[in-house]
Amino acid sequence: MAFSAFATGTAQEQAPRRKSKIALLLLLPGILYLMLFFLVPLVSLVITSFQAPVPYGDIGEFQTAFKWQNYVDVVNTYGEHILRSFGYAILATIFALLFSYPLAYFIGVKARRWPLLQNLMLVLVIAPFFISFLLRTLAWKSILSDESFVISGLKALSLMAPDAHFTGTAAAVVFGLTYNFIPFMTLPLYSNLQQLDTRLLEAGSDLYSTPSKTFFKVTVPLSMTGIVSGVLLTFIPAAGDYINASRDFLGGTGTAMIGNVIESNFLVTLNYPVAAALSIILMAVILVMVTVYVKRSGTEDLL
Amino acid sequence: MTLQEGRVVSRAVTRPAPPSRRGARLGVGKWVLPIYAAIAFVFLLIPIAYTFVFSFNDSVKSNIVWRGFTFDKWLNVCDQIDVCVAFGNSLIIGITATIAATILGTMIAIALVRYRFRFRSAISLLLFLPMATPEVVLGAGLAAEFLGAGVQKGLGTIIIAHTMFCVSFVVVTVKARVSTLDPALEEAGRDLYGSPNQVFWRVTFPLLLPGIIAAALLSFALSFDDFIITNFNAGTTSTFPKYIYISAARGIPAEANVIASAVFFLAIILVLAAQISSAVKRKRLAKVG
Amino acid sequence: MASGAFAESGADLELVGIQKRFPGFTAIEHLDLTIPAGSFFALLGPSGCGKTTTLRLVAGLEDPTEGKILIGGKDVTNLKPYQRQVNTVFQSYALFPHMTVLENVAFGLRRRRIDDAVGKAHEALRLVELDHLSARKPQQLSGGQQQRVALARAIVNRPALLLLDEPLGALDLKLRRQMQLELKSIQEEVGLTFVHVTHDQEEAMTMADTVAVMNKGEIEQLGAPEELYELPRTAFVANFLGQSNLFTGHVSGSTSSSISVDVEGTKITVPTKRAQRHKGEVTVGVRPEKLHLHKDAPKKSPDINTLGPGRIIDVSFSGVSTQYMIAIPGIGTVSVFQQNMTFGPLAGEGAEVWVSWNVDHGFGLEDEPSPTPRFPADTDTATIAVQKKRALMSELEEA
Ligand SMILES: Nc1ncnc2c1ncn2[C@@H]1O[C@H](COP(=O)(O)OP(=O)(O)O)[C@@H](O)[C@H]1O
Ligand SMILES: [Mg+2]
Repeated sequence: MAFSAFATGTAQEQAPRRKSKIALLLLLPGILYLMLFFLVPLVSLVITSFQAPVPYGDIGEFQTAFKWQNYVDVVNTYGEHILRSFGYAILATIFALLFSYPLAYFIGVKARRWPLLQNLMLVLVIAPFFISFLLRTLAWKSILSDESFVISGLKALSLMAPDAHFTGTAAAVVFGLTYNFIPFMTLPLYSNLQQLDTRLLEAGSDLYSTPSKTFFKVTVPLSMTGIVSGVLLTFIPAAGDYINASRDFLGGTGTAMIGNVIESNFLVTLNYPVAAALSIILMAVILVMVTVYVKRSGTEDLL
Repeated sequence: MTLQEGRVVSRAVTRPAPPSRRGARLGVGKWVLPIYAAIAFVFLLIPIAYTFVFSFNDSVKSNIVWRGFTFDKWLNVCDQIDVCVAFGNSLIIGITATIAATILGTMIAIALVRYRFRFRSAISLLLFLPMATPEVVLGAGLAAEFLGAGVQKGLGTIIIAHTMFCVSFVVVTVKARVSTLDPALEEAGRDLYGSPNQVFWRVTFPLLLPGIIAAALLSFALSFDDFIITNFNAGTTSTFPKYIYISAARGIPAEANVIASAVFFLAIILVLAAQISSAVKRKRLAKVG
Repeated sequence: MASGAFAESGADLELVGIQKRFPGFTAIEHLDLTIPAGSFFALLGPSGCGKTTTLRLVAGLEDPTEGKILIGGKDVTNLKPYQRQVNTVFQSYALFPHMTVLENVAFGLRRRRIDDAVGKAHEALRLVELDHLSARKPQQLSGGQQQRVALARAIVNRPALLLLDEPLGALDLKLRRQMQLELKSIQEEVGLTFVHVTHDQEEAMTMADTVAVMNKGEIEQLGAPEELYELPRTAFVANFLGQSNLFTGHVSGSTSSSISVDVEGTKITVPTKRAQRHKGEVTVGVRPEKLHLHKDAPKKSPDINTLGPGRIIDVSFSGVSTQYMIAIPGIGTVSVFQQNMTFGPLAGEGAEVWVSWNVDHGFGLEDEPSPTPRFPADTDTATIAVQKKRALMSELEEA
């Protein structure tokens, strides 16, 4: 599955040495494609991010320049959005991990005796994938709107202030991000925990460790590769998402994330250099964070 | 096998455990996880159920307030012609991008596992990066390139974009399959007078097929549901997610719910059918062995 | 393409000056080997000695770094696997999981466009008594049945040479014994040349006409099983094929028919024709079951070698026989097998005993006894890994 994307084993060892002409033939089309439509775009983003407006030109007309200032401007103007994006993404990742770990543990370890049930539960976990991302987000918007029985119920019970809202708040955006990326967190955790050798847990309790100590000293370290994959698969798309934070979905006026800014600059105000500079910043920060995180969690061989 | 052993061992070990802990395990503690899992599944399924229920809403324009039950929207989906056009576009894009990405990705996966060559780590990085790049960046980058090259955005640019982000996922999925393939099987093919061509089509390819199919299904699912990258590279062309995004402000017609629900149930049925058939196969094998 | 005809009969195999180097590791240094047509030939050696590599070279799945391979006198060194009249029964069987048993067996015939592939496949399956399961998938068979399908899939092609790579390794002991007999009878029935690789000395000795003992990529000794056992030429063969008591000393005298070796003051006599070296420092030996145990000092005789007195330090009972370990001062520990003709051991632990054997049963080895062991310990794995990596990198640079 693609969810083991971050846990690619090195097949290099066994790879026998054969005619590299065939290898070239097999690799060339795909690699050229990725160069043309992944690498070149990144380069053109970098070039665009340094562009300056054409003097007296139309909106959306820019010329090649070396305008460092773009980056400074962007950080000054949108620093708040950048921080907000990573804040939301970190929160959503933490909530998704807390939600998913017990679930994945139940499916992968406790339900081993019933493979059919195990498979059924896995289908339920990925079920949200099969319905449009946008529609399920909109469904939450309706379910949690001010008129909905959930919110009016909470208000009736005085658990929420009568004039409070849920949709349009930061909490709603984080909620939406969490919900939407739960499967990305649960699946890698599941595929890791499913291989957990329960005899090690027995060994732990045999060595006088309490269940909770065993959990934190044995189970969690053993599932570290699963946790790392899940965290990356959740954090990266969450940081770049702009659907949940959009005003038509779960967000409000004060919840715009970096993705929203990139979108509106690129597609609405045609301010390409700003959008490009923000994209480069987003990508750079994510790469740095991912590298540091992977290094610190001791699973460098993942990359 | 190891699981089986583990279970036997665990039974043997837990039996003489001190009664106090055993009591705790048989008591409330035993039910915490199952109950949690049940609640979690309900939570995960709520928006799906909502979408499905509201596909029967006798709504007029926006589909927010419940106005009574009807089968109308299911029977006349294409009354809302824009939804159907968008859905059709999504199918065309999904199928084309899936075929292209599956072919390109499978070739790369085979090369990665079976051959040694220079720049291996650079190529691995090139394959890994698209998965580690946020979709906005992928979308904006391609759009910037198309802009610079003066390419008109439309169905073609969407297909190009979708193929690009699906290739890496195909590589990962097929590679997993290739590396579990016993090289001795292909050697046996060569040993039994199969030419390299025959060995590939009669031994290697059939054995890789499940992985290739899984990769294709994944690609299609990714492409069909993609909005962010599409939004940057669609121009005026509509796709199903884009249609929903644009209509979100003024209200989504129930027909969109019909299509989404239909796709959902089709996918679930496919997945369940695959699971059941493999379970039946396993049982049959177990009986014989 | 290989010709569409069956091999008339088994062909002989000749390996000439074969060397095989993997990046950073030489698996076979120099190998010369001739296997006569129609024989059941066993290649015996410890794990990692290069047996599989040798078979893969013959099958064409690897190319030799140097040397020539001839099958039936024809040089096949540069032929592809599918152009060689050779078939392999793989160690893991390598049955195609997506084909039925019948399709597996017919695979080779169909590739060569041989008429009536299905009929011939059924015939081969009947030979291994599995025709009733021909419609099953390999996963639906037991290990022993899979093994027989792999055999049928190979012999149905009537190859000039059938290579079997530890074909019985995955089976349990009882099944293995049964399959050994079946394999042998099938070989006699079809008359092909079988090259059977194994690390099980008993298997090699019971099945093969000729056994080659391989070590570190070289053939140590080749011959009929009894010959190898009764007259091992090297310390490796003496100990890999059963057990041996070995003694090293200087040749102190010789007659026309025998040589005498002085081992720490004790004289051991060996027939000249059973000794590979006749002067200087030599190693001589005798099999433990050829030794007799005495509670009193035996009478001296020129036909008998005697050692002792020594003390029994261990007695282990194994049903048919009892093994005694006897520590003899100045000579070391000697192992003796005594058949259990009476109840209870002849002598208990700590008892003082002598051992003797008929001079004709001794043998002299050709190894050069040297202060450094003949087989130095392997380099540790870390070093090998580093070497391998370096070689790989330099090779990639060249590419
Ligand atoms: N493809 C290879 N690359 C590097 N070393 C190899 C390769 N194949 C085999 N070897 C090495 O060659 C030696 C002989 O291997 P093999 O012929 O498989 O031994 P055997 O079958 O006798 O157990 C081993 O030390 C093994 O590690
Ligand atoms: Mg081997």
